Amino acid sequence: MKPFEYKLTFKDFNASLRKNKLLALTCGSCGKHTCPPKLVCHECGSTDLESTALSGKGKIVTFTVSYVTALGREGEAPVLITMVELEEGPWILGNLVGIDPDRATMEALMGKPVRLARARMLPPDQYSGGKELKGGFARPTFSLD
Amino acid sequence: MEAILSSNLKSGDIQALFVGNVLGDFSEGQGMVQSFAADEIGAKNIPASRFEGACASGTMAIRDAFMWVASGFYDMVIAGGVDTTSKMGTALGTRTFAMFTDGHYEYPSGLTFPGAFGMLTHQYSAKYNIPLARLKHQMALVSVQSHKYGQHNQLGQLRNEITIEDVLNSAMVTSPLQLYDCCPFSDGAAAVVLASEEMAKKLTDKPVYITGIGQASSGRFSSQKEFLPRLRARELSVKQAYDMAGIGPEEVDLCELHDCFSIASIIAAESLGFAEFGHGGELWEKGDADISGRIPINMSGGLKSKGHPIGATGASQVCDIVRQMRGTVEPQRQVDDVRIGLTDTLGGDGIICNLILKRGW
Repeated sequence: MKPFEYKLTFKDFNASLRKNKLLALTCGSCGKHTCPPKLVCHECGSTDLESTALSGKGKIVTFTVSYVTALGREGEAPVLITMVELEEGPWILGNLVGIDPDRATMEALMGKPVRLARARMLPPDQYSGGKELKGGFARPTFSLD
Repeated sequence: MEAILSSNLKSGDIQALFVGNVLGDFSEGQGMVQSFAADEIGAKNIPASRFEGACASGTMAIRDAFMWVASGFYDMVIAGGVDTTSKMGTALGTRTFAMFTDGHYEYPSGLTFPGAFGMLTHQYSAKYNIPLARLKHQMALVSVQSHKYGQHNQLGQLRNEITIEDVLNSAMVTSPLQLYDCCPFSDGAAAVVLASEEMAKKLTDKPVYITGIGQASSGRFSSQKEFLPRLRARELSVKQAYDMAGIGPEEVDLCELHDCFSIASIIAAESLGFAEFGHGGELWEKGDADISGRIPINMSGGLKSKGHPIGATGASQVCDIVRQMRGTVEPQRQVDDVRIGLTDTLGGDGIICNLILKRGW
């Protein structure tokens, strides 16, 4: 038996997101999408998966503005973090840009349409898992549509 | 040692050790605490195991210890937890706690633990149509009650009374959570001796039985899209525990639940069956969660006031419920006639562990 392999590795997902393209896994069994990727389909558990590109469009499910950041990220605060429901179904955690974090209210944001913007980057730190992250993490980044 | 000595045991009577320890590697530069702990207490060379499930670790250790004793493999073990997270300071503390988010797909966006619960608060407000101002008031009541009782806990960390205004005027941590919506970083340890029923009856005339256990897990935050702001793992875990004990939430006399953030208490109380979904905050508004209410919650002061030494938290919940049953806590926070208690711990957004305790006399 061939060794089981990821159909969409973090490395490839990350490299693509750096170029502002959001990849997902599309299931050959149920037709639904898994994003960010996993070993199996999020919806049905199938391993019959193909890497595909998503539209990058969605709507805001929820958000927070974080004023306390982790070691090495002190300059980032305040950071606007959002959960987006993509139009293809999956939810993805990312950042929202183009709005003053101090003006981020439920009225201004909840349910509002967003689209993928130029990916912000995060340099790796000593806990980030070594060389495959050379160049850093691409952060799913959205702006209001 | 207190657990062993107060059980009239010697260290040599202990057959195995189970310890929850999460961040000893970072806070103390100390790994493999289980082995050193066993040696320290004089239980030389016994099998010793460490459990890591973020903030649920201590309960995981006790649950596992219970299963080994219940299976008959051991009849006398010690289980508990320890952590010293305040030693790391806020920056490293926040970094290490954020390791319990998805390191590849979610941490890069800046997700922290308070951040996850800030997001749940906004989502809860929208989903259940509770205006944020009212929800924040309910959340403040949760913190106020925790301090009201926690101030009397001799083993507590933040032993001051606070007001609703204190909560609503405190610094913003991650919207809409303010400082007094959040538990502190804490140092602490707790342990219990678990013995077979036969052995327990020989050791004490006031044994407490574990009658139900549950544990479940979830994936990354976005992977829980079908259920949020409900935490599915808790609903599965507590059902296991209730079913095993043959009881329902209405039979619980006292609950220690995982109030890492004020909103977390409201969400937890609903999943544990004490309120309808979207109505958890009313338990605090109406006094149902208070000392003489329908279901007293967190009479220890909870994570908010008593403190949250993460690997030890679940074990400290068990210790407090046992003391409540035995009538040995400070009188200002003693609940009358506790027969059945429930503990609840949440590790990250993903691991939930519940225990049901029953008075054995």
